[in-house]
Amino acid sequence: MSAPDLPHAPAARQRPPLRPNLVIGGAIVLFLFSVALLSLVWTPLPPTKMQIVMKLKAPLEKGLFGTDHLGRDIASMLMAGAWNSLSIAVSAVLLGAAAGTALGVTAAARRGLFEAISMRANDVIFAFPPVLSAMMLGALLGTGRGTAIIAIAVFMVPVFARITAGAAAQVWARDYVLAAMSAGKGRALITVEHVLPNIANQIIVQVAIQLGLAILTEAGLSFLGLGMAPPAPTWGRMLADSQTYLGTAPWLALMPGLAIALTVFGFNMLGDGLRDLLDPREKGRS
Amino acid sequence: MKTPLIDIRRLTRDYAGGGLFAKPSLTRALDDLTMTVEAGTIHGIVGESGCGKSTLARILMALDKPTSGDVLFDGEPLFQLSPKDLMRKRRDFQMVFQDPFGSLDPRQRVARIVAEPLHVLEVKPSRQEKRDRVMALLEAVGLTAAQADRFPHEFSGGQRQRIAIARALITEPKLVVADEAVSALDLSVQAQVLNLITRLKRERGVTFLFITHNLAVVDAVADQVGVMYRGRLVESGPARAVFERPLHPYTQVLAEAEPSVTKFGRPPRAEPKTSQPLKAEPGQGCAFLPRCRLASPRCASEVPALRSVLPGRQAACHHAETMLAEEP
Repeated sequence: MSAPDLPHAPAARQRPPLRPNLVIGGAIVLFLFSVALLSLVWTPLPPTKMQIVMKLKAPLEKGLFGTDHLGRDIASMLMAGAWNSLSIAVSAVLLGAAAGTALGVTAAARRGLFEAISMRANDVIFAFPPVLSAMMLGALLGTGRGTAIIAIAVFMVPVFARITAGAAAQVWARDYVLAAMSAGKGRALITVEHVLPNIANQIIVQVAIQLGLAILTEAGLSFLGLGMAPPAPTWGRMLADSQTYLGTAPWLALMPGLAIALTVFGFNMLGDGLRDLLDPREKGRS
Repeated sequence: MKTPLIDIRRLTRDYAGGGLFAKPSLTRALDDLTMTVEAGTIHGIVGESGCGKSTLARILMALDKPTSGDVLFDGEPLFQLSPKDLMRKRRDFQMVFQDPFGSLDPRQRVARIVAEPLHVLEVKPSRQEKRDRVMALLEAVGLTAAQADRFPHEFSGGQRQRIAIARALITEPKLVVADEAVSALDLSVQAQVLNLITRLKRERGVTFLFITHNLAVVDAVADQVGVMYRGRLVESGPARAVFERPLHPYTQVLAEAEPSVTKFGRPPRAEPKTSQPLKAEPGQGCAFLPRCRLASPRCASEVPALRSVLPGRQAACHHAETMLAEEP
């Protein structure tokens, strides 16, 4: 009656086919992060250096992507802008994910009144558009990197709180949690040992997807002048500055616009790819 | 007479239903349940879905509190212990769950899963000692030490249930509650797991409370059996005797509904209809009355108490003697 020893099935398991979403998204995101990091040590020209005589040059006429209305090199500004956008988006999402996850798993572990109150509070926060919170925070703290990060992070908390609360509640309904309870483990310990490892995949997937949204929000904030202060180049302000020259120098709008689109696209692809890879149940949902 | 391992005294558990917009309702999952389980036996609990079997398991595991009544475990009242004492007591009772796919954390390796209940020990064993105990147990349940570092998804249902049994045994408990522990398994695998359980009882003196809806399983392994209906114990006694010579009409219904090769194809004994449909008022009379072939007016007014009918045999039926007099 001894159980047959399994052949080493898992080791011999077929490697899953390469997922185009994951590869394309991963490549785009990797490229953007490399460019952003590179901008810290090297850009073709200093991104804030003005040369009025060289203003509004077309792409390749002066620099790779031309110059803006103050003669600054657009390629250099895009590179520096990539660092500013990505650093804000990543910090905001990580902050929001940490706070939201803590709230979500606590709500699932405590149930009852705590869950009801925290989830309704989430709904209220979620109802505030990040632009509004950024304006309020900006009035309080002044605009800048920190304000943008907090404004976006606040917006992310309910997103993660909802997802983790739902996923954690499913884990709490499993028998292995009952087994842990009959081993005398408390709710906090069960959350750390059983709940978090089992919902980690869903959190990772959501981080990737929310990063795209955070990039978009950050661009929106700096478009409105609620992001980082000038002269720090950001994609949003480059777009805002380009409005006057749309007819004469369309590349001023096109370049940062494409950069934003590429980034959001990259994160979304990465998120979808990760979801297929890590969270097969959600496959097909968008 | 020595103290029984478990002495369940007038256990009642109500669940509040309804909610914000629905009428509040009270569901009585366990109704004044009294029974004892002797140490070193396999005690079967049978009954249909919703009869309170799983509630009983949860309460015995101290995962849920009774509305009233208490459980004496080894003479100690379980629900009057301080949280700390209860924690220490937990090493003496462990559980095996029905679904071997839901009861093992898919993110943990077998060694960690099996070692989990060691958390209740006051003196935590060293890592090496933990590992040794896990290995010894894995071998005792018919797995190999090499499988300790695998994940649950790499095992079949029967192997997973062995892992679950190993987890239940690691603290060397006195009682293991097995809630439908073989129901999710194939028949051949069921037999293997049942053999394992019988062997563990014999070799380690573990007491099993074996909860199931499957009479054949109880008949195969259990020494004693209790039959539950609507949260009440309606009959108890030695397993073989109870099924061969039921003293409660419900046990008879259960035994006859059991599919078997010898009965295959023959028409079942029709559930006899009483001339006048008798219905007990809620809270009084026998809960089985509407389905009972022996129903009499007395059954509608008086709740039958569990009483000794034969030596070692108890039944909660006014007509147990009638049952006894009938030809089997």
